[in-house]
Amino acid sequence: MYSVATEETLRVMGGHADLVTGVQLNPHNHMQLYSSSLDGSIKLWDFMDGIPIKTFTVGSKLLALYALASSEDSVFVVIPKSGERDTFQLVSVKLTKAAGQDLEAKELSVVLDGVDTSPKRIAFGREGEYVASVKEVNLQVFFFKRKQLNRFSVSAIKTKSGNNHFTCIACHPTEDCIATGHADGKIRLWRNFYHKKDYTFSTLHWHHDTVMDLAFSMEGTSLLSGGVESVLVLWHNESDCQKDFLPRLGSAIEYISMSSDGALCCTLHTDNRITIINSNLRFSKSIQGLIKSKTGLVVDPRTKALVLNGEPGHLQFYCLQSDQQLFSLDIVQRQYIHQAGLNQADLVKVAFSAQGKWLATVEEREEVTDPELQLKLWFYDEETQSFKLNTRINMPHEDHITDMCFREMDELEDDSLILVTAGRDCVFKVWVMVEDTDPEGSVSWSCDFVGSYHNYQATNCCFSEDGSLLAVSFEETVTVWDSVTWDLKCTFCHPPGKIRNICFGRLTCSKYLIGATDYGFLCCWNLLSCASKISLNMCNPVQPLLAVIQRALTAVQEVFVFKPNEPRPIYIQRNLCKEKIQLAAFVPRDEPETIGSEKYHWLRRSQLFFLTDTQELMTLSTKSLEERLTPSSKQLAVEESLPVTPFSLLLGKHRRQQSHEDIDLGKLVHNKHKQESPAVKELLHTPAHVLPSASFLCPIFINSLLISKENKSAEEVADEVEMESEKTEDDSDEERGVTEMEQEDTSAMELLGEMTCKLSKSQEKELRKIRKMDYSWISAF
Amino acid sequence: VYNFAANYFQEKVIPGHETRSVEALCWAAGDRLFGAGLSGDITEYDLALLCVARSVDGCGGPIWSMAANSSGTQLAIGCEDGSVKLFQVVPGGIQFERNLDRRKGRILCLSWHPSDTHIAAGSIDFLRVFDVCSGNSQIMVNYHVLKVRRECIVWSIAFLSSGTVITSDSFGRVQFWDWQRGTLMESHTVSTSAVLSLAVSEKEDSIIVGTSTGATYQFQLLPVKMGSLEKRWVRTKPFQHHTHDVRAVAHSSTALISGGLDAQLVIRPLMEKMQKKGYDAALRKFTFPHRRLVSCARKARLLLFQFSQHLELWRLGSTDETGKDGEVLPLCRMPEHLVQLKSKGPEHIYCSCVSPCGSWVAYSTASRFHLYRVQYEGDGISIKKVPKVPKLLLPAYQLQFSSDSGSLFVASARGSVHVLQLLEPGGCKHLHTFRPPSGSPEAVYLLASSADGHWLAAVGGDWAIHIYDLKCFKHHCTVPTYSCAVTALAIHPVTNNLVIAYSDQQLFEFSIPEKQYTAWSRMVQNCGLHRVWLERDSPITHITFNPKNPSHILLHDIYMFCVLDKSLPLPDNSALLMNQSTLKQLPETARQRQLHAFKICKKFQPLLFADLLDENCLVMVERPIMDIKTQLPLPIQQKKFGT
Repeated sequence: MYSVATEETLRVMGGHADLVTGVQLNPHNHMQLYSSSLDGSIKLWDFMDGIPIKTFTVGSKLLALYALASSEDSVFVVIPKSGERDTFQLVSVKLTKAAGQDLEAKELSVVLDGVDTSPKRIAFGREGEYVASVKEVNLQVFFFKRKQLNRFSVSAIKTKSGNNHFTCIACHPTEDCIATGHADGKIRLWRNFYHKKDYTFSTLHWHHDTVMDLAFSMEGTSLLSGGVESVLVLWHNESDCQKDFLPRLGSAIEYISMSSDGALCCTLHTDNRITIINSNLRFSKSIQGLIKSKTGLVVDPRTKALVLNGEPGHLQFYCLQSDQQLFSLDIVQRQYIHQAGLNQADLVKVAFSAQGKWLATVEEREEVTDPELQLKLWFYDEETQSFKLNTRINMPHEDHITDMCFREMDELEDDSLILVTAGRDCVFKVWVMVEDTDPEGSVSWSCDFVGSYHNYQATNCCFSEDGSLLAVSFEETVTVWDSVTWDLKCTFCHPPGKIRNICFGRLTCSKYLIGATDYGFLCCWNLLSCASKISLNMCNPVQPLLAVIQRALTAVQEVFVFKPNEPRPIYIQRNLCKEKIQLAAFVPRDEPETIGSEKYHWLRRSQLFFLTDTQELMTLSTKSLEERLTPSSKQLAVEESLPVTPFSLLLGKHRRQQSHEDIDLGKLVHNKHKQESPAVKELLHTPAHVLPSASFLCPIFINSLLISKENKSAEEVADEVEMESEKTEDDSDEERGVTEMEQEDTSAMELLGEMTCKLSKSQEKELRKIRKMDYSWISAF
Repeated sequence: VYNFAANYFQEKVIPGHETRSVEALCWAAGDRLFGAGLSGDITEYDLALLCVARSVDGCGGPIWSMAANSSGTQLAIGCEDGSVKLFQVVPGGIQFERNLDRRKGRILCLSWHPSDTHIAAGSIDFLRVFDVCSGNSQIMVNYHVLKVRRECIVWSIAFLSSGTVITSDSFGRVQFWDWQRGTLMESHTVSTSAVLSLAVSEKEDSIIVGTSTGATYQFQLLPVKMGSLEKRWVRTKPFQHHTHDVRAVAHSSTALISGGLDAQLVIRPLMEKMQKKGYDAALRKFTFPHRRLVSCARKARLLLFQFSQHLELWRLGSTDETGKDGEVLPLCRMPEHLVQLKSKGPEHIYCSCVSPCGSWVAYSTASRFHLYRVQYEGDGISIKKVPKVPKLLLPAYQLQFSSDSGSLFVASARGSVHVLQLLEPGGCKHLHTFRPPSGSPEAVYLLASSADGHWLAAVGGDWAIHIYDLKCFKHHCTVPTYSCAVTALAIHPVTNNLVIAYSDQQLFEFSIPEKQYTAWSRMVQNCGLHRVWLERDSPITHITFNPKNPSHILLHDIYMFCVLDKSLPLPDNSALLMNQSTLKQLPETARQRQLHAFKICKKFQPLLFADLLDENCLVMVERPIMDIKTQLPLPIQQKKFGT
């Protein structure tokens, strides 16, 4: 349930076991609605409170739902005809008034046979006098009172623009008039259809492609139609000459719906969007969902939003926390022509620099002979708070660009920023910024180096964490290049199969390079020893491969989470979903979540998101669905059954923290550090008269002070590096690891075995423990 | 004048007159036809003699509109000077009755209220209603007041018995006004250009309008809800059959009829009014007259083309070579335009003919009959008018030379046929006049003479075929009457059988010597003709024979040429009628089995004339539609999607 005024998601109601196929307001009670689902049940909801009132079990699949004001106790549904495949019938279902929540609704009576499954192809006429249904070239009208069924058909004509099959139907609210939309773009207005012979129709024609949906205004004076053209057409007085348009709605219109007071209408689009339109045909609001993606899942480091293809030629920034679109960036900057069968430029690759200061995009137009490619580099303008086009490079490669990455340097020096693109034309190119000669001193990008390897197609590229090494995969081979001199350092190969994905480890695992191959092998190479460390056969082709911080992930329909240095996955989730997982991304959390179980510790700092074949975005969570959907403030209020006041919130938070302290002290410690001791902040900013008692605040205050002192050493790294939520001992261990690696760097050519390295680590740990031990008691002797 | 009962056959043609353009036509007092035009005259036509019966000056300048009242006793005309005049229709003519209230501005359209008490008239920027009794007028709508920028021309008007006045105007609107209150009830914009014509059905529940873009629209008065009395005019079906202005529309009980500047008459049946599928239930388009405008001199290989005001005589080219089907042979002699004969005066030509030897050419207009002697001297040609042509009852409706070029048969009024003997060098004399024994008021419109010069067949407007004996100048017999118009007839040169084609596409063969239908003709009637043959929409306009193969009859209409082989079996309804292309692909044995009597060729379209010159030479005259289109004014430019 969305708010029309604010575009906000107000409520999510769940309870059906399968796809919801119909939603209808209860005509007798405007605070209730009916919903139908493929699971064979009709539910009656109180949508203001989100409470299911009743569940009626019908039994067979319900494909569409209609509720009529004139029928007191029954609704109409489309169900498959028993015993026959692919035939469907419209039946009326008597909803019993018996008490109880779960009821059986077995009293069905067939109204129309041979109807279409689409809910757009059945409509009820004026005051429920008749029902009309269309299928292919046939229109049938059933009059309830007279029990008369009239059938009409249009002669099947096939032209090059399409056939004249019926696609949708709408009935005039006050007159006997039926509007039907056709696949060739015509709208027919049928009248006099209670005569089998004397019926007549007039034609309105503006759409050049299929009419997707039709809707009459509340008084019936105007008719709305929409289709692939993504133009909403308003026909006045059923006249061909008087029409108004609302063009540039973004994408094809699927459904049109009028509000019951006639003040608003809304259109549903193929790109997962609801547009709300005023009655004077002015655009009002739009509610945008996720749009189908080609670019992959990319996270904007600045907003932590998921970035993927938006409407054609646009980039969508999608906020995962609030589940809504933040904004849309026009990349292609060209008029999109809404017509089937046209090749139009679209976005295929996106990459952000580490700070989110630079954005690189690749757009291409699919042509058989020569693809039209464009690489664009965008600079984030702090003043306008948006990306500004900096450089446009036509045909950066001769063929499709397969991968693209920035050198992710933490320092803000611009000259360290490098972009690498890998292309199917067997080369990878390095792009650097150069100062323009003009006095303004602006920068632009140009090509610095072109590398190739045995004329193989370059498929992937990746920079190591410190930016010193670049790995580029060429079909079956991974090459590692020095990012300063652009010398080929070494090559790795793991036959059989081409490299599908490569990735460097992070932090403690930054010496590892992980690669996934076509045949389901996951290989991990140690860059210091240049030896393959792990090679795993995953049985299934590895789909996405990610290595965020210290973990690698692989998935088909299963999700495995690895640490690069361990051959055993730390987490396995099988049968996650029916569809293939196409893309995945780790999205950092704003604040670490408290996770009790050891198994899910890797989920603390970041969330894992998957995008499946059917464009479903999924995430792994330890919480139940309902818990996540209710905002935390509300959750609290419900728990405490207290009115939500600033005071109660403050109190509640402290109570929660208190309880956390009991469970996991170490974790709280970390929290405190991150939030710059909120206890102190709140203590200073809250008016004195609403403060809890001093005895209550005192321990918190003291605690916060204590911890900041204890954690001082970690502060330098903790700024942006995300850490494991392990014990403080481990933290220091991590530090050790870093220093060790520096040492190893110098002795890299000695090819020290992994085992000896580990041995020395454990030895040192022992030593440290001994050192930390308090031997002061000796002095007492 | 088209006859609906005879499959829309163009039964009567009244040739035009240069100075008398017809702006309005109406039927009054039964079957009397009146026309009025920009010459300022009201003309009554004689439908038996196919000429102007009488003409009365309207005394108001050019007449733009005319309407008869419901009883057909009065005619109202709207004139250039803004006057509306009433004429009484009396036996033997019309009589001026009175002038109604005159205002400035030409009256472009008129319509009587069905009760005959009021007349609605449309002119430029005004809509007025006249009281017939008092002669006063009141302005119902003044478009000036309605703040219209351009002037609004009311092109057409209709007054319904309910008091609704329907107008169509130059803004492309069809408007429905309440006459008593003078208020606009409904307005439908159907076009961006003018709506020129409007017609109401007899039941007043449907109208048709024609626009200047060539589209016609139907409006229907339909109940808003089932069973309720509230009705509304709804635009229902659009039709685009014309390319130019639709100047005239008519609404019959079963069809919408429209005619326009593109010289087409379109009859669109209303399918919901049709009881069964048949000839009436198909769309008809008429572009060409239903009669022969070309005559051929077989021996001299000449063609005579009849235009509205002149004749053209052409000599056919020839070739020495032979070739296969589909080849174009090189000509050794080019076709040659020999002479162009311009008719004097403003009248249009009724009929014309060239003799088989090519040395005589005859034509007739409403008031004159001309006979020319053509002489060929080497490459040159001299044409001489034959003086002292016998004074005959004019006009001549059809001319036919005998096969030996010795005499000329002139079809005339009241069923009579004159026989003129042609004398060398360039003279003629009246020999005899045939009259049907029972007499007939109608004129003869088709003639056929036998090759041996023995028989002459003549068809009059009453569709009776009389056969005369030319040897003893007497009436021989009458072919049993058939309830349809004769569209073509010819006498077989060998057997002297008369072959008759009717407008319902039936074919008959009548043996003149035996005075009865032949056995083949009876067999055809018993078996019935093929369904596809009967559903063709244009009548057979010419029949000829192959003297070398007596069983062949050559027929053609606008869209096809057919060789009818009497020796082959007739096709039944399951067989394919136009099977020539499929036959070509079959092997010889299978072909023999598939053969049937009708061998149809649709290669030449539109076909004006086909005749057999000698045994291996056939002449075809095509009139490409594009030739006609290029002579039309440019149509209104319209933006079409996807162009």
